[in-house]
Amino acid sequence: MNNNKKEVLLQVQDVHVDFGILKALNGVSLEIQKGEILAIIGPNGAGKTSLVNAINGFYHPSRGHIFFAGQDLTKLRPHQIAALGIARTFQNVALFKGMTVLDNLMVGRNLKMNSLFISQGIYWGLAQKEEIRHREAVERIIDWLEIEHIRKVPAGMLPYGLQKRVELGRALAAEPQLLLLDEPMAGMNLEEKEDIVRFILDANEELGVTIALIEHDMGVVMDISDRVIVLDYGEKIAEGTPQEIRYNERVIKAYLGSPARR
Amino acid sequence: MLFLGEVFIGGLLVGVMYSLIALGFVLIYKASGVFNFAQGDMTLLAALALVGFLNIFPLWLAILATLLMMIGLALVVEAIILRPLVARPPLVLFMATIGLGFLLQGIGQGIWGTDPKGLQIGLSDIPFEIKGLLISQFDLAGAVLSGSLVLILVWFFQKSKTGRALRAVSDDHEAALSVGIPLRKAWAITWAIAGIVALVAGIMWGSRLGVQFSLSLIALKALPVLILGGVDSIPGAIIAGLIVGAAENLAEVFLGPYVGGGIQTFFPYLLALFVLWFKPYGMYGREIIERV
Repeated sequence: MNNNKKEVLLQVQDVHVDFGILKALNGVSLEIQKGEILAIIGPNGAGKTSLVNAINGFYHPSRGHIFFAGQDLTKLRPHQIAALGIARTFQNVALFKGMTVLDNLMVGRNLKMNSLFISQGIYWGLAQKEEIRHREAVERIIDWLEIEHIRKVPAGMLPYGLQKRVELGRALAAEPQLLLLDEPMAGMNLEEKEDIVRFILDANEELGVTIALIEHDMGVVMDISDRVIVLDYGEKIAEGTPQEIRYNERVIKAYLGSPARR
Repeated sequence: MLFLGEVFIGGLLVGVMYSLIALGFVLIYKASGVFNFAQGDMTLLAALALVGFLNIFPLWLAILATLLMMIGLALVVEAIILRPLVARPPLVLFMATIGLGFLLQGIGQGIWGTDPKGLQIGLSDIPFEIKGLLISQFDLAGAVLSGSLVLILVWFFQKSKTGRALRAVSDDHEAALSVGIPLRKAWAITWAIAGIVALVAGIMWGSRLGVQFSLSLIALKALPVLILGGVDSIPGAIIAGLIVGAAENLAEVFLGPYVGGGIQTFFPYLLALFVLWFKPYGMYGREIIERV
């Protein structure tokens, strides 16, 4: 967190998400501050992905509200929420597998391109100029993520670690204000993790993107996040700096279980 | 030799029109993962409507009116078929398009009648000669029109922003939504394009064969093309269309006499079967490799 004054970018207010009798989120409230890296942790099934899905509009809360820069997201559809400046990645990589890496990033850039469907036909030159401008922006991201050598390769042919990296690139191509990362380092080896950590920190510091990430690797979480929020059984059980979380009794209990009673 | 050239070129020209019909399937398949069984009936509907409108309007206005009708149809299909069936298995959507096909056939014939009608768009079918080769003026015009539409569509899908978004939708719905692509709009655009393809195919084939029920069977001509080229490949549809057009003509002329003729209708299927033995996804289809 670079600036000391805390400006709230996203506010989750008493959000409930349920599937039948299963409560994925049970009255979760939290805030994401502008410019921070917030880690969301918790045991499997704690509701972390449900929270991300609720923020980006895949799930609609049955109760509660989510505000982004003052605007209520609760009733909006995912593509509208994306247009407001919230990008995300997926736990199981959701790339456009048949399209090249370059095209994947260009699609990610779609929101920034505003020439209309009709005008693409009529003002051919204008649309071409715009295409070139956005292509340059996308190429910068490609350079930065060090994926120049694979830009013409269909995304589905890439190894998993690179797919994760391309997905990060696609999310960043939209120049989002808030980036939601669902386990960006899952299944990666140490070297790949270090790369991704570097990209996340760069995105945060140099591009000024606010980041909320779900991650299981506690070493990474403790290293890079400004704040940590802990979910368990659909509820927030702790919130604080990495230091505070590390020694929080409820958190330790949630992860390790309580001592067996006799 | 000259005769061979004539047969070959005549086949290629017809082949371009096969490519166009096949492309109607490929585009919808690529953009919404649905094999649109109603494509042939959309072609019939467009041709019937055009003939109907020609009774009241001049040609350009009739074409415009039909175009608007096909776009309207796309919006209706999106709202009453695709939207309620979102996230269902492809087979469900496939069945829905079969139903849609019957519906369109019935509606079209209900409004404009079942008797065969001629469609005159001012093209004469007099062959002309280039360096001794006789070429059908009509086929040439059809090939030029179909060919240019094919090129426009290829550019649109491969290079334009909207085309890229449509391809993205076909690859992954959730990811497409997450980058801000509205699914409903994408589907409506795709089906509108399929409607435009149907209209052009309806004009070309309708004025060739007459406008009647059998026009909807023209879609069957696209099946071997799709198998040959691969259902999800745009270049595949184009090249396979040309191959089928040329091959069926050559086969009819040079093999036909030995087996009693009439092999033009089924030769493309034999060709397709042959390709399936070696390339189950077609020549250019995307091979699906499952990671186990």
